[in-house]
Amino acid sequence: MLNLDHISSNPLLPEVKEVMIDAVQNDYHNPSSQHKAGEQAAEKIESAREAVARLINAKDPKEVVFTSCGTESVNHAIKGVAMANRDKGNHIITSNIEHNSVVRSLKRLKSQGFKLTSLPVDTNGQVDPGAVEEAITDKTILVSVMHSNNEIGTLQPIKEIGEITRKKKVVFHCDAVDSVGILPVDVQLLNADLLSLASNTYYGPTGVAGLYIRKGVKVFPLLEGGAQENNKRGGTENLIGIIGMGKAAELAFRDMDKRLEHLQNLKKHFLAELPKYIDEYLINTTPDRSLPNLISLSVKYIEGESVMLMLDEDDIGISTKSACASGSLRASHVLVSLGLSHADAQGTLVVSFGLDNTLQDIDRFLNSLKHTVETLRNMSPLYKKKA
Amino acid sequence: MYNEVVMDHFKNPRNVGEIEDADGIGEVGNPLCGDMMTIYLKIKDERIEDIKFKTFGCGSAIAVSSMLTEIASGKTLEEAKNISNKDVANALEGLPKNKLHCSNLGADALHMAIQDYEDKKYGKSRSEPKDKEEHQHASGDNCYCPYCDVELGESATFCEACQRDLEEEH
Repeated sequence: MLNLDHISSNPLLPEVKEVMIDAVQNDYHNPSSQHKAGEQAAEKIESAREAVARLINAKDPKEVVFTSCGTESVNHAIKGVAMANRDKGNHIITSNIEHNSVVRSLKRLKSQGFKLTSLPVDTNGQVDPGAVEEAITDKTILVSVMHSNNEIGTLQPIKEIGEITRKKKVVFHCDAVDSVGILPVDVQLLNADLLSLASNTYYGPTGVAGLYIRKGVKVFPLLEGGAQENNKRGGTENLIGIIGMGKAAELAFRDMDKRLEHLQNLKKHFLAELPKYIDEYLINTTPDRSLPNLISLSVKYIEGESVMLMLDEDDIGISTKSACASGSLRASHVLVSLGLSHADAQGTLVVSFGLDNTLQDIDRFLNSLKHTVETLRNMSPLYKKKA
Repeated sequence: MYNEVVMDHFKNPRNVGEIEDADGIGEVGNPLCGDMMTIYLKIKDERIEDIKFKTFGCGSAIAVSSMLTEIASGKTLEEAKNISNKDVANALEGLPKNKLHCSNLGADALHMAIQDYEDKKYGKSRSEPKDKEEHQHASGDNCYCPYCDVELGESATFCEACQRDLEEEH
């Protein structure tokens, strides 16, 4: 399949596969075991932790906790801060376009008595840092705003928000799952107290992710048991996954500039060529303040799941944010927050590039998209009405 | 996601298009999920001589429209009035549970097109609007949350377990 759905997952890099295959064959010991083999396993985990810490510029690798997925990292950060700081307050601030792991964690807390302020975004999908400052009260215990949006790619003014939360002494969590390893993310520069990241974003394995917890920030564990992860997450570590994630972090750090350039070229080519293939669409991704690897577009008069299915027949993989494809059958809260009409939201496609894509891949996709859009519009009663 | 019959009708939809001098036109739309379907009929001797559709919607909505036109084609109006949404879903050998209500509107559009024809021919008074299909559980004899499958009371509007509002039938 021609993969243009890198936001969902990425292929393992050959070097990552190599260390993981070696680990599958040789590493099974429990890093908590006190014998030599156990200690060796623990050392491998610590070296992966160092690589991840370097990637996000954490001062101490101990500030990085390995988790099972980005969703766990987010749940750990939000519920962990809320539970640990109940004596200080019960107010949490977030934005209207967060990932469901944030949305649902907060909804759960709300049902337990916490108060939420969810801030609107502008038509580019950005939160106003001034609105964050205004929303902070003496009961505010947490601000959670994402680094980049997984549906439209918008980058939030995290540095500015971090300056405010630092000044106001409120804990700041940043969901950077779709950013870390794709573009530079520096927890010092951003003033993030907690930051969620995932390995498969940057060509590491799925089933392993991380949470940065700045030293001194009070967070309760989500999983309690043994003393693993410096007492921040109980449970035997996913040794093979963590080894892969560490290798991928090392490569992402080393090759960051080169990768960025490649992705930016693909995106530029896509945006320049698109008008030659189809008309009447909206680009939901702000070109200059967005992820380098993602474009969200809403094609008028047709529905996204049908587009996705037809492209799949051509062996091309993309995602759609159509309500019909959402499971809940509702328009995406992100697209609605941007001010998109429900009909336009229905035709929303998310095309995301990766290191394995070429300019020719983009052309092949656009050819196929053109044909698909024509077929579906010929079938659409909305298109007829327009003409 | 979809079975082979559904995919076949999605990939090779039958009877797509419009009938210029249609005898009856029926249009249904669902604001919740955004599907829209228009059915065009050509009637001869109280029988469906030609049927075409136009649909804006997901794979399931397109397959439903296509299958409906195949079932209805050649039927007498009385026969066609008895085609239900469930008949269409059964002919497609099943649709995903969450698509059963929102995309499965083909029979409704057909009935509206027949009504449109009869209204034009006999005047509005003749035909009474058909009662809506009776509520049927999406699966089994009980109500379940369409998202997380927890058992619910018949009148539940919110699922405590997965925290989702329940606007659809369950």
